[in-house]
Amino acid sequence: MKHEADIREPLIIGNKSLHDISEDIAKPIETSANKWWWALFIASVTAMLWGFGCIFYTIGTGIGVWGLNNTIGWAWDITNFVWWVGIGHAGTLISAVLLLFRQKWRLSINRSSEAMTIFAVVQAGLFPLIHMGRLWVGFWVFPLPNQYGPLWVNFNSPLLWDVFAISTYFSVSLVFWYMGLIPDFALIRDRAIKPISKKIYTILSFGWSGRAKHWQRHEVMSLVLAGLATPLVLSVHSIVSMDFATSVIPGWHTTIFPPYFVAGAIFSGFAMVQTLLLVMRKVVNMESYITIQHIEMMNIIIMVTGSIVGIAYITELFIAWYSGVEYEQYAFLNRATGPYWWAYWAMMTCNVISPQLMWFKKLRRNIIFTFILSIFVNIGMWFERFVIIVTSLHRDFLPSSWSMFSPTFVDIGIFIGTIGFFMVLFLLYSRTFPVIAQAELKTILKSSGDNYKKK
Amino acid sequence: MSKERIIYGIYDDDDIILNAVNSIREKGHHIEEVYSPFPIHGLDHALGLKYSRLAICSFLFGLTGFCCALLLMWAIMIYDWPMNIGGKPSFTLNENLPAFIPVTFEMTVFFGAHLMVITFLIRCGLYPGSNEKSPDPRTTDDKFLMEIHTNNDEKNIKKIKDLMKKTGATEIKEKE
Repeated sequence: MKHEADIREPLIIGNKSLHDISEDIAKPIETSANKWWWALFIASVTAMLWGFGCIFYTIGTGIGVWGLNNTIGWAWDITNFVWWVGIGHAGTLISAVLLLFRQKWRLSINRSSEAMTIFAVVQAGLFPLIHMGRLWVGFWVFPLPNQYGPLWVNFNSPLLWDVFAISTYFSVSLVFWYMGLIPDFALIRDRAIKPISKKIYTILSFGWSGRAKHWQRHEVMSLVLAGLATPLVLSVHSIVSMDFATSVIPGWHTTIFPPYFVAGAIFSGFAMVQTLLLVMRKVVNMESYITIQHIEMMNIIIMVTGSIVGIAYITELFIAWYSGVEYEQYAFLNRATGPYWWAYWAMMTCNVISPQLMWFKKLRRNIIFTFILSIFVNIGMWFERFVIIVTSLHRDFLPSSWSMFSPTFVDIGIFIGTIGFFMVLFLLYSRTFPVIAQAELKTILKSSGDNYKKK
Repeated sequence: MSKERIIYGIYDDDDIILNAVNSIREKGHHIEEVYSPFPIHGLDHALGLKYSRLAICSFLFGLTGFCCALLLMWAIMIYDWPMNIGGKPSFTLNENLPAFIPVTFEMTVFFGAHLMVITFLIRCGLYPGSNEKSPDPRTTDDKFLMEIHTNNDEKNIKKIKDLMKKTGATEIKEKE
């Protein structure tokens, strides 16, 4: 028999039975939304439409409507791209890595964080497409035979590796998420009363009936998918970082980038999970499943990955000095003390200093504090990408080309638009999808429910 | 007389149905199917199901992806149109291999994951629009259902029903 230490807290509180779990998870789908949901939804749709307007303007007029110039040819677009891809990482980490490590606390949060992953990668994918300027030839990134004869994509380019990494990551995450959803859609289907929702959830549930053989295959498949997704999640941000690391720009071509980017991605991803779930657990009444214990666990991950990111920043500085390369030294000195010093120190404060507060148990278990800190981390990680990208470029090799970047309203509009789009997707999801993987959660009720633990 | 009859026993708890499966199978009855709201550990073994070969499939699919990726990149970058990029050695697959690692890895995962999921869906007969359901809708909520097929022999049916009752079934029904 398995022994569990007495200090382990229950993961499901509020005296729940199996039927209560079904009731609680189906409730947001079967009831109608409150005015808070509508207020948020309308605000998000507005932001999204504004963003779409800016995207149409960009495509109709050209990339010149952004704040880019000859020196700074990459700025907010790739900053936002890397930021959104990074946010996506927490979902796969929770569902795949924590599955391999058999962490039971993942079960209350995996569904929503995977949803967040998929919605974040959708936003990320928009930026390279828009930056192409000619959206309709976007399919040229794939190695397709064409009428130009031997004209192919370049497999030696990290930008093409990115195409493969992001497409694989997006599609595998989507499938992993959907396969987990099938049994939960079946629950909603079997409870549905209205013929329309019955019909919709019948289609969505693929005719799942919970046969023993199907469950056995489902378990094997989840495990193998987790095994495949674990190196995948580590590879995606490594490959994203190679967009920079394989270049020859001082401040970019550092070998520390892949692990440093992955740690930063997990760090920002967990912060976004906290931001979303702290609101969601309140709005759809999931406090019995997403407990203080879950929040504390995620805060510990934020603290650990935040510390890794801090060490990476300091290592970068040290190596720049130790390398003896004056261009490298200048790049880092300029980051901390040059015209973009405020961005650098905003990044340092948000990413290195603030997560260290999580050493205090009182703060780790404080919901308001966690929420504020998660916003800080989101801002800090956006600045990290901005600092890496813009401050490395703005001091060109020729001092006559030195320049500054200031975003136009289109840059800002597209960024706000993706936040709106992301929120629209998440809000729709939280009312139509089972927000907790109930079938999997039911398997731990006997070992981690408070009513069973007392016995 | 030869008509097949189907008996359903509904249980309330996963441990109880697991024990029930064991003791009913010990008595020599064949259990056609068990429907449950979540996977029950050890149930596949108790029912005598063979282990699933999905993982092996996935490995083979992954291997296919690995080969396809290398073949594709060799055909494009080495065979069809070799390019001199900054004088870097790139004129044989071997020389260019380090740059091919990321895409090879991604394609391996892509094939391994997607083809396995498609295999899973085909093998389980799951597809959008399928109308299949379990005999009792409560089995996706909190009930566990055992299905036994038997011939039209009242004595035998009674024996099965008694066994189900004894092993903790809360409801016993027969399919009309």
